[in-house]
Amino acid sequence: MGGYILKRLLSAIPVLFGITVIVFLIMALIPGDPATAILGSYATPENVERLNRHLGLDRPLWQQYFVWIGNLLQGDFGRSFALNRPVLDEILDRFGATLILAGTAFLLCALLGIVAGTVSAARQYGLADKAITAAVILGISVPSFFLGMMMILLFAVKLRWLPVSGMYSMFGGGDLPDLIRHLTMPAIALSIVATGVVARLSRAAMLEVLRQDFIRTARAKGVHERRVIWSHALRAAMVSILPVLGLQAGFVLSGAVYIEIVFQWPGIGRMLVDAILRRDILLVQGGVVFVAACYVGFNIVVDVLQAWLDPRIKT
Amino acid sequence: MSLFLRLLFRNRLAAFGAVVLAIIVVLALITPLLPLHPPNVTNTANRFLRPLSEGHLLGTDHLGRDLLSRLLHGTRLSLAVGFAAALIAAVIGATIGIVAGYAGGRTDNVTMRGVDMLMAFPYILLALAIVAALGPGLMNALIAVAVVNIPFFARNIRGVTVSIAHKEFVDAARLSGLGHGRIILTEVLPNVVPVIVIAMSTTVGWMILETAGLSFLGLGSQPPQADLGSMLGEARGALITAPHTSIVPGVMILLIVMSINLLGDGVRDALDPRLRSGALARPMAATLVDRKAPPPDKGGEGLLRIDDLRTDFRLGRRTARAVGGVTLSIRPGECLGLIGESGSGKSVTALSVMGLVASPPGVITGGAVRLDGEDLVGAPYRRLRALRGNRVAYIFQDPLSTLHPLYRIGDQLAEAIRVHHPVSRAEAWARAEKLLADVQIPNPKGRIGSYPHELSGGMRQRVGIAMALANDPDVLIADEPTTALDVTVQAQILKLLDDLRRDRGLAILFITHDFGVVAQLCDRVAVMYAGRIVEEGPTQAVLDAPAHPYTARLIACVPELGTGRRRLEAIPGLPPAVDDLPPGCAFAPRCAKAQANCRQGEIPLAGGARRVRCLYPEVTLEAAQ
Repeated sequence: MGGYILKRLLSAIPVLFGITVIVFLIMALIPGDPATAILGSYATPENVERLNRHLGLDRPLWQQYFVWIGNLLQGDFGRSFALNRPVLDEILDRFGATLILAGTAFLLCALLGIVAGTVSAARQYGLADKAITAAVILGISVPSFFLGMMMILLFAVKLRWLPVSGMYSMFGGGDLPDLIRHLTMPAIALSIVATGVVARLSRAAMLEVLRQDFIRTARAKGVHERRVIWSHALRAAMVSILPVLGLQAGFVLSGAVYIEIVFQWPGIGRMLVDAILRRDILLVQGGVVFVAACYVGFNIVVDVLQAWLDPRIKT
Repeated sequence: MSLFLRLLFRNRLAAFGAVVLAIIVVLALITPLLPLHPPNVTNTANRFLRPLSEGHLLGTDHLGRDLLSRLLHGTRLSLAVGFAAALIAAVIGATIGIVAGYAGGRTDNVTMRGVDMLMAFPYILLALAIVAALGPGLMNALIAVAVVNIPFFARNIRGVTVSIAHKEFVDAARLSGLGHGRIILTEVLPNVVPVIVIAMSTTVGWMILETAGLSFLGLGSQPPQADLGSMLGEARGALITAPHTSIVPGVMILLIVMSINLLGDGVRDALDPRLRSGALARPMAATLVDRKAPPPDKGGEGLLRIDDLRTDFRLGRRTARAVGGVTLSIRPGECLGLIGESGSGKSVTALSVMGLVASPPGVITGGAVRLDGEDLVGAPYRRLRALRGNRVAYIFQDPLSTLHPLYRIGDQLAEAIRVHHPVSRAEAWARAEKLLADVQIPNPKGRIGSYPHELSGGMRQRVGIAMALANDPDVLIADEPTTALDVTVQAQILKLLDDLRRDRGLAILFITHDFGVVAQLCDRVAVMYAGRIVEEGPTQAVLDAPAHPYTARLIACVPELGTGRRRLEAIPGLPPAVDDLPPGCAFAPRCAKAQANCRQGEIPLAGGARRVRCLYPEVTLEAAQ
């Protein structure tokens, strides 16, 4: 197993390298001159040229890339000109909030999705199956930001159960119950689409597994049906559910952008949108690379889990 | 095409989606012709009018613009952008996929590496990065959404192309001197189109959502032009004071995406039946029973008595009589062979005993299965479960597919014990090890922690037998346990079963299609054809002088070592379909001796210890006994 983890970690290196190349190339597409963007349109040509030289923008593209990646490897993501602070500091300040939001949403989608899909398959064509299927269709079709807004209207404005926005109360609070109260709506809104996708796939995977011969064997042994479904069948179905969970992690992580805007959540997604609107290129570059790297890392975890779950995979 | 549409509209949800989408598309198309307010004319005196206001059916927004008009114009824009993005992604992605799949080799390798890189991004993030580079704007949002979906198309279509590129008809085209371009256009593309359509129908909804999302963030359409996403984004500021301005565009996005998703599912199901979500029925915990009343208990000395058992497969309007009235009885310590061709109903008979026939489609429609006089057909699930694996145990055919692939064999054995006995895990493992030794697995201590795929076929079947013996059952039902094994292993397994029967006094129902196996192991044999017993008797007597013509032909199929004088004969024709049985003797169409009266009326299974269901048996039973 240790060897397999190492192998997977090593295989992530070219992927991370590719990610930096893609991000760099996309940013190189930017029309116009970053120095002008920073200094504003009243800057003198000499000032623009000096800043260009200072930023290394007068060098060939490939040299710029290696300077950037060299700095990146030393933990220097550059400086955000709009915030006037190191990009990495800003990212790390914000990342915790996104991690709490996306992590909760991911756990919700994995748990609810798998349970709903399994119940749906076990009660195929029954009332529960029909209700879940209808909910899933609705869930995968609703824009998360719209859902978030409707939840605010209902639960915060009308019923006054939960706070409208933010991560902590302005005065007082700041403890875990306060966080949970603030987290509930955004996490649910963010997880709904992913939950639908996971439920749908889990149902299909379970139906496929329940037809297998080893399920009949379990029943012939006298294993209780509850255990046949939730242990024998689900364990086998997890082999095809796990990769989809990996994909949903990416969806939840990047879909947090919308939810952070709707709920004023101080995370990395809101930072990215603000940076894009301000054309704060280094902050966008750094943020995108950072989140993509997290996603790659998470997929390694998924692969290792997969290998642990399925002993037939050569480790 | 008409078949496709018929399939599509038989799916009510898909039809509903199609109708809703059609209404929305038509409204969007005729929007410029409708008598609406101009969408971008502001009138701050009429801000935030509620829906159903005079002259403004859906009210007005924060600048006093007519919401209905803006909604329809926004829908137009959102639909156009979504479909355009889908089309661009499909065309570029399909081109990449077809070229990579068709060219193969290094082209394929390099291209797919690039695609994998793009897929390593969470795709909303990639779209954000692209918009960040190109700058906000609806056109740029469209490009971003199209680009992030290209890898999905490229990958799917490459897979299909690879499987087509090496088919005979493509080789033939190549040999006839057609250029690569021609081959791709005339041979490959037509076969890939359904996949492209499926991929588009399942992603176009996502693309509309994604563009709406970018616009919502202010990165898509710029004011005063508004698609549904930016309408929602602008309305957010007034969410609490004027919620209708948010609800109107939001519900429209939901309707569009939902109708597209419903329709997309329908398209996928109609074009590719293998992918049908939920078309697979899952078997229930116990076979359904639909029986009027159990037949009266005639008694008898058998431990397990099957009496006039009938099991049907209900497949839509057709009903297949898999088991059509089978009566069998097994005494303790006795081995009864049940023999017949594939599809004769022997396995279904065996599985019916403990309600293990997959249901749907299986239904037990009549008869009784009595264990020690207790009728198991229609017994509550709780009772069946208590007996399964405890008093009646099964051994199945293919031990690779019948053992759980992800559990250690020790866990599977221990589970079989703990289901029926309240012992600790350690105790169960100790017993499991003993069981492995009983079935002569060498080094049981070392093997108990193995997974099934780490064992050989013979070892796996020994594990299957050990599992069946876990609770010292009274009846063992072995469903072709040696068919998947090679001959030497088969002989070992048969010897093992024979020893177990003598040592433990097991009653065995042994199902096989091989008379050679029956001769080695079974005291008595019953021959099954088209769901019914056609002959039954002591093994040696039946082998020496088969009475039913079918039995005779079946025995003639077995090669004998050393004799070599007899011709090996196949039985002409095929067994009848059990959903369309002829009247009279089911074997008559294949029988050389069949007379007119063989084809009419019920032919009884006549005789005593030896019974035969034939009007013109090969030997008279009296002579045979």
